[in-house]
Amino acid sequence: MPPPPAASAVSLTDLAIAFGLAGGGRYTAVEAIGLAVRPGEFVAIVGPTGCGKSTLLNAAAGLVRPAAGKVEIFGAALLGLNGRAGYLFQQDALMPWKTALDNVAVALEPKGVAQAKAHEQARGWLARVGLSAFLDRYPHMLSGGQKKRVALAQVLIRDPEILLMDEPFGPLDAQTRQIMGNLLLDLWAADRKAVLFVTHDLEEAIALADRVVVMSAGPAATIIGDFPVSLPRPRDIAEVRLEPAFHHIHKEIWASLKVEVQKAYAAGGVG
Amino acid sequence: MSRAKLLGMQVGVGLAMLLLWHVLTVYPILGAPKQIQFFFSTPLDVLARVVKEFSSTEIWRHLWITSIETVLAFAFGAFGGILFGFVFARGETLAAVFDPYIKAANALPRVVLAPIFALWFGLGIWSKVALGFTLVFFIVFFNVYQGVREVPQVVLANARMLGMNERQLLRHVYWPAALTWVFSSLHTSVGFALVGAVVGEYLGSSAGLGYKIQQAESVFDVTGVFAGMLILAVFVIVIDMLVSAIENRLLVWRPGPATGAQS
Repeated sequence: MPPPPAASAVSLTDLAIAFGLAGGGRYTAVEAIGLAVRPGEFVAIVGPTGCGKSTLLNAAAGLVRPAAGKVEIFGAALLGLNGRAGYLFQQDALMPWKTALDNVAVALEPKGVAQAKAHEQARGWLARVGLSAFLDRYPHMLSGGQKKRVALAQVLIRDPEILLMDEPFGPLDAQTRQIMGNLLLDLWAADRKAVLFVTHDLEEAIALADRVVVMSAGPAATIIGDFPVSLPRPRDIAEVRLEPAFHHIHKEIWASLKVEVQKAYAAGGVG
Repeated sequence: MSRAKLLGMQVGVGLAMLLLWHVLTVYPILGAPKQIQFFFSTPLDVLARVVKEFSSTEIWRHLWITSIETVLAFAFGAFGGILFGFVFARGETLAAVFDPYIKAANALPRVVLAPIFALWFGLGIWSKVALGFTLVFFIVFFNVYQGVREVPQVVLANARMLGMNERQLLRHVYWPAALTWVFSSLHTSVGFALVGAVVGEYLGSSAGLGYKIQQAESVFDVTGVFAGMLILAVFVIVIDMLVSAIENRLLVWRPGPATGAQS
């Protein structure tokens, strides 16, 4: 069934997420969240550490049940896991007992693709992320950046309509982050999926996204700002940072983010 | 240290101990050699006995029986341990209800079961298989249980997001994770399978290495006991080497000395 054209790829309405605490009582991570991601739109969420950005992403993925509010995917209420989304985790999520090739190919198994064909496609995707020479490596033999490339190929081979990314390049060094950011933009430009990208790095958010959403410090964090990024595409992550327009946007967003970051630190800088 | 040097030192220690044994039992240092030899035999006598044993076909039958018992005890124990480990790890309530019984059963010294198994399963191989089973089962069970429950949450969440159903999760995530733990306990569990077989034979049987040793012991034939122990020790080393080879083959993905050179 084709979705109605007007429907958002991801739509969060009045969303609240709470967790039961070990000692009894509840901790409200986020509340009153209203956010819509249009098909083909790249949205970045920034906020201080511990503000519940990842929790929001998990709700969109169906990994976390909201305490209140609605999660809609292309206009349909989300029940269970979000099968139309691919999720790129911050931590290493590859199966350590499978080679790079098998890790990518196995992503096609739930779709019922025959193994030979899955391997062929996986080879293609690993070539696109620049890992043709590392097909037979197990994850522990790959560097942090290479593992992220495999994870990216594993997510993209399924051709999801939505990409959910949880600080995917967080653990990488600065140069690798730039390279991965450019790789992501290149791959994304090919078919423009809807992207929800969580990061604590405002520069990364602006360089990548069409829109930057700012969250307040937790608990009960909510969205306090929504800024369009009108920088032209295609962009180069390293070069776009030098443009005056970039600085202008950065200054504007940082003005609202700064207060929240300070609040988070004052509250003890919850991790 | 180089491999050759290490091997040389290992052999050296063995030879030194054998030499000490030889000197103390052949020369009148601690007393009359005849008397000492009754209690301790001599290395050359033991070696001669082993050679004599292997010149007849008799010993091969005993080795074969013990091997069969070991392999069967391991196979049944591992299968049962893996099955129950999976079921209990996936069913919280079941695990909680059975917890005290499993702990009690595991705490029981298994040797006391040997006579009961002999009564139930007769003096043939099956009472020994049963004894080995009770030893292997719990080791594998606890390891699989642990392995399945400690699958990294993020790997599991990722696999779910890739759209895997329960069966696919079992095959691609739970099973390989559990297998790691089974293999980490493989040396122990194969060893215990052999212990079950030999102890069972020792306590009541008509064939096997444990029977051989028991026979020699019952007539105070110390040379025979030591010869049996020597054969048993070599047998254990051979099995352990086989296990290592299988382990290295199946766990190539694991970081560690086996693959460390490539990374």
